[in-house]
Amino acid sequence: MMKHARSLLSLGLLGGLALAPFAAVAQPAPAAPATAPPAAAAAPTPTWKQGMAPENDVTAKIAPVFQPPLPAAADKLPTARLKLPPGFNIEVYASGIANARSLRIDDNGIVYVSSRTVGKVYAIVEKDGKRVVKTIASGMHMPNGIALHNGTLYIAEVERISKIENVAAHLDDPPKPVVIYSDLPSDEPHGWKFLAVGPDNKLYFNIGAPCNICMPPPTHAQLRRIGLDGTGAEVIAHGTRQVVGMDFHPVSHTLYFSENQRDWLSEDSPQDKLNRLVNPGKDHFGYPFCHGGDMLDPQFGWGHTCDEFVKPVAQVGPHTAPLGLRFYTGKMFPPAYGNAIFMARHGSWNKSQKIGGDVVVVNLNPDGSFKSMEPFITGFIVDNNYIGRPVDMAWMKDGSMLLSDDYNGAVYRITYGPQKP
Amino acid sequence: MAHRSLKRLVWSGIVALFAAIPTAPASAEPPEKLVLCLACHGASGTSELENIPSLGAQRPMYVLTQLFLFREGMRVTQPMNDMAKPLTDDDLREIGDFIAALPKPKPPADTPDPVRMARGQALSREHRCSFCHKADLSGQEAAPHVANQREDYLLQTLRAYKSGARRGYDATMAEALQPLDDAAIVELAYYLSHYR
Repeated sequence: MMKHARSLLSLGLLGGLALAPFAAVAQPAPAAPATAPPAAAAAPTPTWKQGMAPENDVTAKIAPVFQPPLPAAADKLPTARLKLPPGFNIEVYASGIANARSLRIDDNGIVYVSSRTVGKVYAIVEKDGKRVVKTIASGMHMPNGIALHNGTLYIAEVERISKIENVAAHLDDPPKPVVIYSDLPSDEPHGWKFLAVGPDNKLYFNIGAPCNICMPPPTHAQLRRIGLDGTGAEVIAHGTRQVVGMDFHPVSHTLYFSENQRDWLSEDSPQDKLNRLVNPGKDHFGYPFCHGGDMLDPQFGWGHTCDEFVKPVAQVGPHTAPLGLRFYTGKMFPPAYGNAIFMARHGSWNKSQKIGGDVVVVNLNPDGSFKSMEPFITGFIVDNNYIGRPVDMAWMKDGSMLLSDDYNGAVYRITYGPQKP
Repeated sequence: MAHRSLKRLVWSGIVALFAAIPTAPASAEPPEKLVLCLACHGASGTSELENIPSLGAQRPMYVLTQLFLFREGMRVTQPMNDMAKPLTDDDLREIGDFIAALPKPKPPADTPDPVRMARGQALSREHRCSFCHKADLSGQEAAPHVANQREDYLLQTLRAYKSGARRGYDATMAEALQPLDDAAIVELAYYLSHYR
């Protein structure tokens, strides 16, 4: 009874206090519209919308997959259930990194990890044989893109790109990032970015389509590059729906990038893509007219052919969501992997039987064209559910791979050869 | 004597309060830290206050995620940011589980206009609301229970997602609302709040 009384008293007292601020900001309740909006009138399904997936038990299987805001506990991580080719090993490198996304490693082995949904950028440092995860930025707007150049960390949010100079010296007392570029739209759909420094010492990034499918404004559905000081912006690729992974070929320096194609057309099309940029500023990759290199959009494709647009290097599966891709330049893996592309497929959501959710290896011909694609890490999908979702990779000095998993909030390390006892 | 009558007065006040304030299910007395929450959001699961959402039967993962966003300053709505600031990760889980056990919000008393309901249902189907929020609009995972949510709160929220004023945890709602105009949003809010 005492407890009740106390609760009630505090309810009355504090409740009154809590209500006060609302009185000032309360808005009038919405009134019903005076006239019925014609656009929203109940009508038979328009012909072009027929064939839409029905509302039944399938629908729950083709909704976006939720990514938890709290990371999984270290003992709940799925490394033991993942499969790799013979001779490769996978271990947990660091855990407790909510929504771990893009990875960058500096010359001293400090690992920088971005996030998308939780607004943070982290650094993983080794100290006295122990790994510590430090949050170096928070409250940012989908800071998915990070890149390093000469000790400066660049961070791409939805509507700005900023930098922290000499970041390694400020991990315990990080300064507020300095904005270098903000001529960017604020749309959240596909507003998160991948960020890379090119061989020309410029920053490369994407601005996705602000929708699943629409005619994008001239500011969207493209790749841009800017100088490291934020000046000299130029559009280098057109018609890209959303790009969340790119890297430069170690020999030809050509930009290769993954591209996610539209949803809600069908279970098995269009195909997501691996692209390369041969003619910067000129190449158009098809969106919103042509998807996957071979499928005209049922709404925007009229009057076009897919031959008007740059063909993908490879089709990498419908809805598979290829994200991070990195050319292998290390020495630890067998020589056959030299200059091969490792690509993380985040895995499908808009498909009743999930596919992707793996890391694949793409081998190229000497002319840079597609040769083959094979699985590298599999097992993230169990009983049509994710037990983890791979996002991005980076190479450690010894040639081992770090791989991020945003579903569990963890970073794994992949090595080749006999494990040390 | 004065002491005793004062005591009686206090108790009668408390009893009156107790009778007036709908309480959480008998099995789950709110933890101390939740009393303040329910003062605005409604201890019965139904909010009586303008623009303050009802939380009854809300999905625990939705509650956890929104409290996380308030705590991290990524969803800005006072006093929620201040209230969420001291919460630990375990608090977020505990509050989510408690909120989920509150009774479902009550539908509004007025009889739904069948024309507007049909219009809202058509919009809901066209834009696949049920794929995440389920056919009965009770939500799943971090997709909230929206059936019988307050109409003013729904309208404010849908408009805020559409304009970008409310940042999403991810961009799902901004993308879903991209093809809808304001007239459609008004109809959807009416339909969801009056759902039977």
